[in-house]
Amino acid sequence: MIRFIDVYKEYDNGTKALKGIDLRIDDGEFVFLVGPSGSGKSTIIKLITGEIALTQGKLMVNGYSLNNISPRQVPLMRRTLGIIFQDFRLIDKKTVYENLAFAMRAIGASSRDLKRRIPYVLQLVGLDQKADRYPGQLSGGEQQRVAIARALVNNPNMIIADEPTGNLDPSRSLEIMMLLERINELGTTVLVVTHEKNLVNRFAKRVVAIEEGRIISDETGGYYNGEKI
Amino acid sequence: MAKKFDIQYYFSEGFHSIFTHGFMSFAAVCMIVACLLIMGSFTLVAVNLDNMLGDLEAENEFLAYVDESYTEEQARDIKSQIEAIPNVSQVTFVTRAEAMDDFRAGRENNELLADLPDEVLRDRFRIHVQDIKQLKATSEQVQKITGVADVNAAYDIAQGFVLVRNIATGVAAVLVAMLAVVSLFIIANTIKLAFFYRREEIAIMKMCGATNSFIRWPFIVEGMLLGLTGALVAFLLQWAVYELVGRAVIQSNGLSLLTILPFQSMIVHILPVFIGAGLFIGVVGSVLAIRKFLQV
Repeated sequence: MIRFIDVYKEYDNGTKALKGIDLRIDDGEFVFLVGPSGSGKSTIIKLITGEIALTQGKLMVNGYSLNNISPRQVPLMRRTLGIIFQDFRLIDKKTVYENLAFAMRAIGASSRDLKRRIPYVLQLVGLDQKADRYPGQLSGGEQQRVAIARALVNNPNMIIADEPTGNLDPSRSLEIMMLLERINELGTTVLVVTHEKNLVNRFAKRVVAIEEGRIISDETGGYYNGEKI
Repeated sequence: MAKKFDIQYYFSEGFHSIFTHGFMSFAAVCMIVACLLIMGSFTLVAVNLDNMLGDLEAENEFLAYVDESYTEEQARDIKSQIEAIPNVSQVTFVTRAEAMDDFRAGRENNELLADLPDEVLRDRFRIHVQDIKQLKATSEQVQKITGVADVNAAYDIAQGFVLVRNIATGVAAVLVAMLAVVSLFIIANTIKLAFFYRREEIAIMKMCGATNSFIRWPFIVEGMLLGLTGALVAFLLQWAVYELVGRAVIQSNGLSLLTILPFQSMIVHILPVFIGAGLFIGVVGSVLAIRKFLQV
């Protein structure tokens, strides 16, 4: 669960990125976070992942209060999150399997855990036949599936996808979004940051719209109208 | 169940990282070798000088010459005065005849000496002291006694040894400090390079929730391995250099008086110090390098 209570964020250079955000995302939800560039979407993601600290307000992420989290607890908090980026961020010199193994090793998983978990996750994203390929040998859509598998492999409570379809063509984008929907149906909370309104409008999900650091609409089954917002 | 401390992983990561930027690793090892070699060489010189100083102390004696106008009986009277001086442990009177015999001994073939009268030498006392460091003060006191014409103390030799040893120690300390800083800097840069090379992997590890210590350990292991390699190479080189120099000293005419301690007898002390210093440089260098990278 994520809970923003009247959160402000002002960067060192004086940019006021968030101006009083109140947002609650419950376990099991599927939420689109939409808004134009510079509206504060990335700031929200960075606050959730603990990359930056908030200026004012309260923020809870999966039971951790980020107001007074100790540096030692930040890694533990991050283990409750699976993060997906627009540019995939895979390790090119490792195979698909090794990329997933790397993520599991990073939190101290044993070889037995790896052997049990990785084939299951690869099957879930439909890449069980391509475990030995290198990222360079895969299409963009497949690479993003690997990134999703990596985000899932440590069994997080929540998946955060930051512009996951930004580098993909429309049909691949739709596939990725459907995969995220499927993952949500299996019980994982999903937060997707995007500005692709066509894609958002194809799914009847909760849409949180943000502009100039404020939430301007929050509707379930919402409709994202870029022009109106 | 998740393992807390996967030493096999840290070693394999650290080991492979050394070879992904081999030149920097090589430079780092070379610097550690240079640092340890210089430290070791100066220390070994100091240890040997100390040892020779010890030999010198075993022969801690000097001569006091009696005024030529004194008869042998008068000269013998001075003995008690000398014995009264603190730090004097033993006084032996040597007549000029005995002294000449000593002098001639081993020089039988020299015809010039055969005709030399005993009178060219003076009666003398052979004086042993307890503490060679006070040799100068003691000899000056002896000099003040009426009837003593001159003293011939080897304190300049003793002091020369002390001086050389102190210089060796001082130079070694300064050089080691400087080289240690340079070594730390190079190790730190090697590790920084390793860190930079793997920055994307590290970002991913952090994103997945890896702890800082998990990220840090492979780099510390890398620094340790570099330090250890440097220490072992330096140790073997030190051994070779020591043997070569030792052999040269023993074979040379001028320096053959010097006694050289065998290297084998010092391995027990040298090897642990080298390994300890190498590990210290390696670990501190890598810790310094990654400290600032790991802040959130």
